[in-house]
Amino acid sequence: MPLFDSSNSQMLTWLLSLIIFLPSFGALVLCLAYRASDQSVRRFALLTTVAVLALTIWLAWPGTTPGHFTLGKPGMQNMVSHSWIPGFNIYYLLGVDGISMPLVLLTSFLSVLAMWASWPIVKHVRAYCILFLLLETGMLGVFLSLDFFLFYVFWEVMLLPMYFLIGVWGGPRREYAAIKFFLFTLVGSVLMLVAILMLYFSSDLRILSPSQLQASHVIVDQSDAARLISAGTQQHTFNILALSEMGQMSDSPFAKTMIWGQKLSLWAFLLLFIGFVIKLPSVPVHTWLPDAHVEAPTPISMILAGVLLKMGGYGVIRICYPICPDAGYSLAWLVCGLGTVSMVYGAFAALAQKDFKRLVAYSSVSHMGYVLLGIGAWSATAGLQYNSDYWSVGMNGAMFQMIAHGISSAGMFFLVGVIYDRVHHRNLDQFGGLFARMPTYGGISMVIFFAALGLPGLCGFIGEFFVVLGAWSYSKALAIIAASVVILTAGYILWTIQRVYLGPEYKGPHPEALVPMTRREIGIAAPLVAFAILFGVYPSVLFDYMKPSVQNTVNQMTTWTSDVKDAPAVTQEAK
Amino acid sequence: MNFDALVQSVIDDTLSPGGSLAAFRPELTICATIVAMLVVKMAVPRWRNSAFFVALLGLFVAMYLALPRQWFVDVPQGIFTATLINDSFTIILRVLLLLFSTLFVMFTQVVGNSDGDEMTEFYTLILGALLGMCLMISANHILIVLLGMEMASVPCYVLAGMQRHRAKSSEAALKYAVFGAGTAGIMLYGMSLLVGVLGSAQLPAMTTQLLNMIQQGVSTQQATVLILGGLMLMVGVAFKLSAVPFHFWAPDVFEGATAEVAAFLSVASKAAALGLLVRLALGFSYPVNVGFPTELVPHIKPDDAVVALQPVQQFISAMIALMAAVTCTFGNLAAYGQNNMKRLLAYSTIAHAGYMMMPVAAAVALVGVDGNAPARDAIGALVVYIAIYLFMNLAAFAIVAVLRNVLGSEEIPDYAGLVRRSPGLTVCMAIVLFSLVGLPPLAGFSAKLAIFSALVQAKLWWLFLLAGLNTVLSLFYYLRVVRVMVLSPEPLYRDTAEVPLTSAVGLYCTVLTAPVVLLFFMFGPLLKWANEAAHSLFFR
Repeated sequence: MPLFDSSNSQMLTWLLSLIIFLPSFGALVLCLAYRASDQSVRRFALLTTVAVLALTIWLAWPGTTPGHFTLGKPGMQNMVSHSWIPGFNIYYLLGVDGISMPLVLLTSFLSVLAMWASWPIVKHVRAYCILFLLLETGMLGVFLSLDFFLFYVFWEVMLLPMYFLIGVWGGPRREYAAIKFFLFTLVGSVLMLVAILMLYFSSDLRILSPSQLQASHVIVDQSDAARLISAGTQQHTFNILALSEMGQMSDSPFAKTMIWGQKLSLWAFLLLFIGFVIKLPSVPVHTWLPDAHVEAPTPISMILAGVLLKMGGYGVIRICYPICPDAGYSLAWLVCGLGTVSMVYGAFAALAQKDFKRLVAYSSVSHMGYVLLGIGAWSATAGLQYNSDYWSVGMNGAMFQMIAHGISSAGMFFLVGVIYDRVHHRNLDQFGGLFARMPTYGGISMVIFFAALGLPGLCGFIGEFFVVLGAWSYSKALAIIAASVVILTAGYILWTIQRVYLGPEYKGPHPEALVPMTRREIGIAAPLVAFAILFGVYPSVLFDYMKPSVQNTVNQMTTWTSDVKDAPAVTQEAK
Repeated sequence: MNFDALVQSVIDDTLSPGGSLAAFRPELTICATIVAMLVVKMAVPRWRNSAFFVALLGLFVAMYLALPRQWFVDVPQGIFTATLINDSFTIILRVLLLLFSTLFVMFTQVVGNSDGDEMTEFYTLILGALLGMCLMISANHILIVLLGMEMASVPCYVLAGMQRHRAKSSEAALKYAVFGAGTAGIMLYGMSLLVGVLGSAQLPAMTTQLLNMIQQGVSTQQATVLILGGLMLMVGVAFKLSAVPFHFWAPDVFEGATAEVAAFLSVASKAAALGLLVRLALGFSYPVNVGFPTELVPHIKPDDAVVALQPVQQFISAMIALMAAVTCTFGNLAAYGQNNMKRLLAYSTIAHAGYMMMPVAAAVALVGVDGNAPARDAIGALVVYIAIYLFMNLAAFAIVAVLRNVLGSEEIPDYAGLVRRSPGLTVCMAIVLFSLVGLPPLAGFSAKLAIFSALVQAKLWWLFLLAGLNTVLSLFYYLRVVRVMVLSPEPLYRDTAEVPLTSAVGLYCTVLTAPVVLLFFMFGPLLKWANEAAHSLFFR
């Protein structure tokens, strides 16, 4: 019996492919439109991003028919699978679940806002729009692809547009920042490629059961399964779901091979993890971020902070842990430790900044530390009577924090851009009194900055609170540190608000340029404010999407823990 | 067997349909083309482009003859008393070489600012070298190895010195010739050692003898001579590959020669040298019974041979792996300081030679594992890389030549801000360079993926990690070129720099760049095709 009928499958192929490749198609059209005026090029690019947003909303719309999102379903849905390179068993495999869906929405949503925020860009507008749209293809592709090869390709596809977007349209030190970004990410992705190939060549589909094969979309019906399982040679795969199934077996093939005295799964985890934390970024590989953020033009900063950083967290949740639970279990201290160090370091660094944008950049490092802590707090290590609920809370918190940070950091970067466009400097010591000169701007800034601070009632609070809650059962010390970072956060944010918005009057250069926000600017900021408040007071709107899938991931890990880690302990007691 | 019978059997073998001459038709066509070019030149001296048209026609015919009739001969066929071997590896590499030569001849015509008068000589030399390369990739006899290498090298020395009036060009030719002669001498010495110890000059016979020796126990002296002979043989091949430490000629020759000649050296010469490396490396570690007359080569069971030859395999694999690692790293590091685009590409070529040697090391290490399937994949990876590298490097040199024609310079700083005047060409260059780095979605990535897979399968972890880190190293200098072209401001004075993609040269560059993108998406068919090439190497 086929798993789905062909018309649905075709519709899904079109829908998901359109979401990914519509921006590329737009870029192609722009390539050919030699004569178009700058304004029409911008409008066309914006229209393309809006169309993509519409498609993703269609995909995310709750409903049980294919093409809509079934709330409460833990596993993958709306999957698309086509063979691409048979020689390497590479598939064009796409799908969404509760973990990727919010990130896909965030991406397409922020792309619209960032494109709209690109109006002040006047240099080589056509090239800018082409690169921007290519970037969007890469981002959406990363979140939608379930084949490791495909994932890697999209991951790399983002590199080049980003390099040029920072390098051509950036600030004074743009070339340095662009190459630094490129280099860091490339190191990470090469390590990732090494890990991918290691996993690929030690994988073997024959050890999976037919139901597992079907669930991970390797096969369409049972007869395929029989053929596959009885194959004479090893059947390697890039299928992320199948690799996860294998990684979570009690006799996982990844734990069998030893390289230089350690299990292959440990090496793979480490290599993948380095690749992802570079993107996240976490101390000590965060140094590309302040430079890239400061030099990048405003809309690109929004994308960078809002979407690109999330890929690191997404990679850890989707790939590192499910495929190499073994290593994740033994390296939980590393993940949590790095997360906490990033939080503290980022916050202190932010306190020390004189440059408005640099401050926001470091606050990103600090906030993304929560994500790492939430994911890594593997409460299972607390002995035999552990309760995986705490971990699930922490992971939900991490997911929520990613979305919340996507809203608040994109907002902050946009707000910095607004003021920079007017007075052409970002020196925190030369601001003051903006509340009086630009009241709307001041009001919007308050909401966004307080959301980043983690004020209850705004989006930042929920994620941080859940993460700290989850971390508590893993390590009280880390939880206490994480909770106290909020004080530092409050410190730099309140101080910033004081220095920039309050005070008697503006004393810096170009005071005459301080005109109120334009309608376009308000139009960009308003949705961000709205979502910051909505997610703060009604977080269920996000949790409804995320929870089942996060819970599913946690359950899988828990089952794995009790199968593999507890079993020897029990037998020892029996003796 | 009396003399008459022997002669008769040779004649039969040569002339029968499906015999040696039939399999040798592409090479014969090249010979005929060379003669035809000279004759036409004399007969119609006023037809300036005669050489181009004759060469192109000859190459088309050769290509037609070289394309496999049926879907690949599985059984390797020894031709001309098994001095040459005709199998799918020969066929596919020969097709690639001919394809490259065809594109190359068009390139010289489209871009060409060389003297029309010299073109006949130029094409004669190119086709002569091509003939030598065809011999290299099908060599089954140690003398053919030497013959092929010299036939391929000597025309190249002349090509490097074609621009008589430039001192650099003469310097390049001299260095190249001296270096080449030296390494050829060493190689010949090594050959004589090997032939002396093993008592034959035909590869399978030598391997059989090696096998017998190993089974009876090799004395220390014999082992010394064998290892010495093997290393000396490798010197000659390493020179053609421009592998470290026999790479010194490459940057100088590339800088001194025209971009066109450099393109030929970096692609065709390298592809042929790799083919030869595969022939030698696998020939000594996996005997395929291709012999004539059969009395000389007693039949051996491949499985027993593979086990017995393990020490040889380990030696060969380690030697090639080490050389590949050093070559790749050195090439990438040395490319940093270069300001001349051709020198930069020379070091890039060295680095890529290193990458391409890796799967050979992997294949030798994998001989006998899992019925040779992983070893076949490794050779397939090499063929894939060669095919993709062909387009990447030819395109890179073509763009360098085009820019030389408009800017009069091959220095990287002079490319500043070219994206404003020639956006299309700059995009082509960027695509090619990023493909050389190995970034998806470009074909260079697929090629790297294939090679890395071979290394993983051979469990050469250190080489694998090194190859990965080399990718990062290489980013800097390729990216620098793109950075200068895109991010740097234009110089104040520049007469002309417009190269629209719709012009003939622009179109040519686009046509060469397109496969660099398309082959990424069409990787599946390419891989299938390349794996066919490896099939017959492990015939049993």
